[in-house]
Amino acid sequence: MTRQIAVVAFAQSDHRRTTDELSEVEMLMPVLHEVLARTGLRTADIDFTCSGSSDYLAGRAFSFTMTLDGVGAWPPVSESHVEMDGAFALYEAWSRLLTGEADTALVYAYGKSSPGPLRDVLTRQLDPYYLAPLWPDSVALAALQAQALLDAGDTDEHALAAIGARSRADATANPHAQLAGPVPRGDHLVRPLRTGDCPPIGDGAAAVILAAGDRARELCARPAWIRGLDHRIEPHSLGARDLTDSPSARLAAERAGAFERPVDTAELHAPFSSQEVVLRKALRLGDEVCVNPSGGALAANPVMAAGLIRIGEAAARVHRGASDRALAHATSGPCLQQNLVAVLEGDPR
Amino acid sequence: MSKEPVAVVGIGQSKHAAARRDVSLAGLVREAAQRALDDAELGWADIEAVVIGKAPDFFEGVMMPELYLADALGAAGKPVLRVHTAGSVGGSTALVAANLVAARLHGTVLTVAFEKQSESNAMWGLSLPIPFQQPLLAGAGGFFAPHVRAYMRRSGAPDTVGALVAHKDRRNALKNPYAHLHEHDITLEKVMAAPMLWDPVRYSETCPSSDGACAMVLTGRAGAARAPRPPAWLLGGAMRSEPTLFAGKDFVSPRAGRDCAADVYRQAGITDPRRDIDAVEMYVPFSWYEPMWLENLGFAEEGEGWKLTEAGVTALDGDLPVNMSGGVLSTNPIGASGMLRFAEAALQVRGQAGEHQVPGARKALGHAYGGGSQFFAMWLVGAEPPER
Repeated sequence: MTRQIAVVAFAQSDHRRTTDELSEVEMLMPVLHEVLARTGLRTADIDFTCSGSSDYLAGRAFSFTMTLDGVGAWPPVSESHVEMDGAFALYEAWSRLLTGEADTALVYAYGKSSPGPLRDVLTRQLDPYYLAPLWPDSVALAALQAQALLDAGDTDEHALAAIGARSRADATANPHAQLAGPVPRGDHLVRPLRTGDCPPIGDGAAAVILAAGDRARELCARPAWIRGLDHRIEPHSLGARDLTDSPSARLAAERAGAFERPVDTAELHAPFSSQEVVLRKALRLGDEVCVNPSGGALAANPVMAAGLIRIGEAAARVHRGASDRALAHATSGPCLQQNLVAVLEGDPR
Repeated sequence: MSKEPVAVVGIGQSKHAAARRDVSLAGLVREAAQRALDDAELGWADIEAVVIGKAPDFFEGVMMPELYLADALGAAGKPVLRVHTAGSVGGSTALVAANLVAARLHGTVLTVAFEKQSESNAMWGLSLPIPFQQPLLAGAGGFFAPHVRAYMRRSGAPDTVGALVAHKDRRNALKNPYAHLHEHDITLEKVMAAPMLWDPVRYSETCPSSDGACAMVLTGRAGAARAPRPPAWLLGGAMRSEPTLFAGKDFVSPRAGRDCAADVYRQAGITDPRRDIDAVEMYVPFSWYEPMWLENLGFAEEGEGWKLTEAGVTALDGDLPVNMSGGVLSTNPIGASGMLRFAEAALQVRGQAGEHQVPGARKALGHAYGGGSQFFAMWLVGAEPPER
């Protein structure tokens, strides 16, 4: 019998265009305090800690050592770090809880995009021999994907605009969102993508607590049980991929059991409106599914934390009874290269 | 639920060198991974997931290089995790991979760690800009030298112990065809005559900067039964972290290291590490860390570690061989260095360590550390599967 693990608490910062006055530690600390306070746990009660962040955003090596200070790792803690979105840190923590070696885990992620030119920084993710020397930026690559969708007849510019408008309208109910309310479609940033199709650039942090079995029930009135969790990667070269589809997201969803029963909610990590089109198709999400009620990444996209926030937002809806079965998705790499899918459920009411 | 026992059935490493200009990053990781698969007599299709680790992305100038390396590692359609826990990362990466098998998420996992330090200057890559750090701490040696001095003062160890370690490890490396440094004409006198770099650490007592990769194939009971060569069984594994700096921090013998070792010994049923463990491969980037870690890991009482080194106990033919491969002092692709330690421990209990084999090694410890002596990863592997 597989151990049942749940998300029992979630907290996030207010996401902002710049946080010049805050270090990464100062940005993260209130979030850690809040997520611990939700469960009444202290750092010393946590069996395993795992975080996700990027040295390239922080502009220094071993940047995660600073935030470990924020955790208060004394006495020493059992701890690990992935140079990935926090959703993948959650995966590592979940696998650890599955073995029975830990009953509780703290997962956190943070990213400050404001200190550098993010579009340039993200080009450093690309093949260093053939692609990176050309500095193709993240918006341009997403625009290639959007154009492929238009060419395939999978969407049109009005449908893309509607995704942006819906996301920012929904974000008015999300006090942490960076971009909410009526946002103009704007000019083309890189054709066919307009500013309204693109995520805001900003800084933010998020944290989640996982707990196993009865411990989860003690810590949360309605735990968000992780019924399935899987992630898959695709080849790096865009030329080797069909950009209008996401076979890795579909496979991850299949392995996570997402297709066994319909979900009522989906939090998708789709930084560009066009990527929601790809993911809806790959994940077989119909119009009856409530997609990105938080506003999604189009309302706040703190790099390295935005995927974990999707899991946190989906879990929070289960916690408060707004969802019984939710899908959460996180992505990494150019044009949705790597995708993670979690299926979360609440106990029957 | 019970955990799946984890076995190491394939081990591979690249030839390590100051600059591997003959291969790209992808070629380097592929070299190690292919050797691990060959050792396990498995193909790329047999691998269900890939866990990759390396130290700061600045060393190669590639942000999250696992995205680009997915193709080279045959990972399309599979899960890829990228671990980064500073210098301990090679060890942590192996432990994360082992956990995927232990949790029965995957049957067979490939784990890889690498660094291609010739792409940049690691010393300056590790020297943080002001205001994050004071301007006098050039490189890792500048950070660790005062802690070595503190150990010497505390233990009363004679000045010569560091040179003994360096001489031993560099000579062990002569038996390891993959090692970076092969100093055929090394003598103790030459080690002691080398220029002082970060007092009390001489140039000859410092790790090199290497290009290299290490890979292992990890699997469960069923995979081990099919393995062509004897597996190494994971008997205990743990990670511990503590803050970089705080009042009362003991840099000489950090508590996180002691706690990590205690956790591993508890899992593996080790009550007397000196007696129960046959060989140790520990992370010694500066010679003096051998006696320091001997104490931190419980092989010697506090202040007594240097006596083991001085008495030859840690030599390849000693009672407790340490760093049979030549260690970090002979090969240091930083991100891979921890995994090389774990892999050497596994090679020893498999009886596959070639000329640097410790005869009859049944239990071996692999150890890695990183950051400001704050991140620890260890595993204890044995020739026999765990009892439970």
